[in-house]
Amino acid sequence: MSQAIVSMPKQAKRGEVLEIKTLAQHPMETGYRRTQEGVVIARNIIRTFVCTYNGAEVFRMELHPAIAANPLIAFTTVATESGTLEFRWAGDNGYAVTESAGITVV
Amino acid sequence: MGRETRAMQDDDATNPAMFWVLEGETLFRKKEGSGKACSDCHSTLQGAAARHPARDAKSGRLLNLEQRINACRTERMDAPAYGYESRELLSLTAYVAKQSRGLEIQSHENPAVEAGRRLYQLRQGQLNLSCAQCHDERWGKKLAGTPIPQGHSTGYPLYRLEWQGLGSLQRRLRNCLTGMRAETFPFGAPELVELEAYLMWRARGMKMESPAVRP
Repeated sequence: MSQAIVSMPKQAKRGEVLEIKTLAQHPMETGYRRTQEGVVIARNIIRTFVCTYNGAEVFRMELHPAIAANPLIAFTTVATESGTLEFRWAGDNGYAVTESAGITVV
Repeated sequence: MGRETRAMQDDDATNPAMFWVLEGETLFRKKEGSGKACSDCHSTLQGAAARHPARDAKSGRLLNLEQRINACRTERMDAPAYGYESRELLSLTAYVAKQSRGLEIQSHENPAVEAGRRLYQLRQGQLNLSCAQCHDERWGKKLAGTPIPQGHSTGYPLYRLEWQGLGSLQRRLRNCLTGMRAETFPFGAPELVELEAYLMWRARGMKMESPAVRP
């Protein structure tokens, strides 16, 4: 099953501002909660999110325990050339997800 | 529900319940038990969520959508029933319910609705409250800082930000009962299904919005 959903326009004019919305499936366990027996539930969160546009980084975010499960990250970038945007989420317990989306700039 | 929550719900790119819908679609096409998948018989289940709970013609039992799916699995697919509130059952229900989005809820008076109405108006628990006292008489006022809704079950199963996950209507009903300090009914109990039937009758004519997002 898919672990991340990315939505953005497939085509854009040069110089146009692209709105990109991403959803990642993740419990974002804070590390501060306890079970009914009082045992601390280990932290399990996404630590970083990076978006690259044809290899160049255009957006980066650090995530912290206060962010809810299944984080929705929406941001913008300027359409410069046709190519691929790559999205990477990385976190605790070796969590790593990559998604990519193509864009045609006219 | 605030404007932002509604915007999140109405855009499939931001509605987190879509993870469950996508998994539900996979399960819908997965062959099981007798070698059949849901999709082998049902090309679409549009409208199914808008008319449940409904009485099963064969057994005469009142079934909600979750129980209908499980009945189909055990009787026609020779597959084990999914546990109530399990990820699989929620996913399948969300996938099926999404196909009824925008359709009007169909319901008419019947004995199950009447039984549900009685329960809805019954004072219960240590607080001696009935559902009607909050959701009919005091909707729009505040309870612990949040507005009391009218209690229309148009969007289940739904993603609740407080739960940080998807949940069924029965989970919500059990939550409310706990809040009233009343004894909760177990998942799948006939009382809860009757209550669901009454809520759908109350919401008849309203449009389905499953899978919804709520605070």
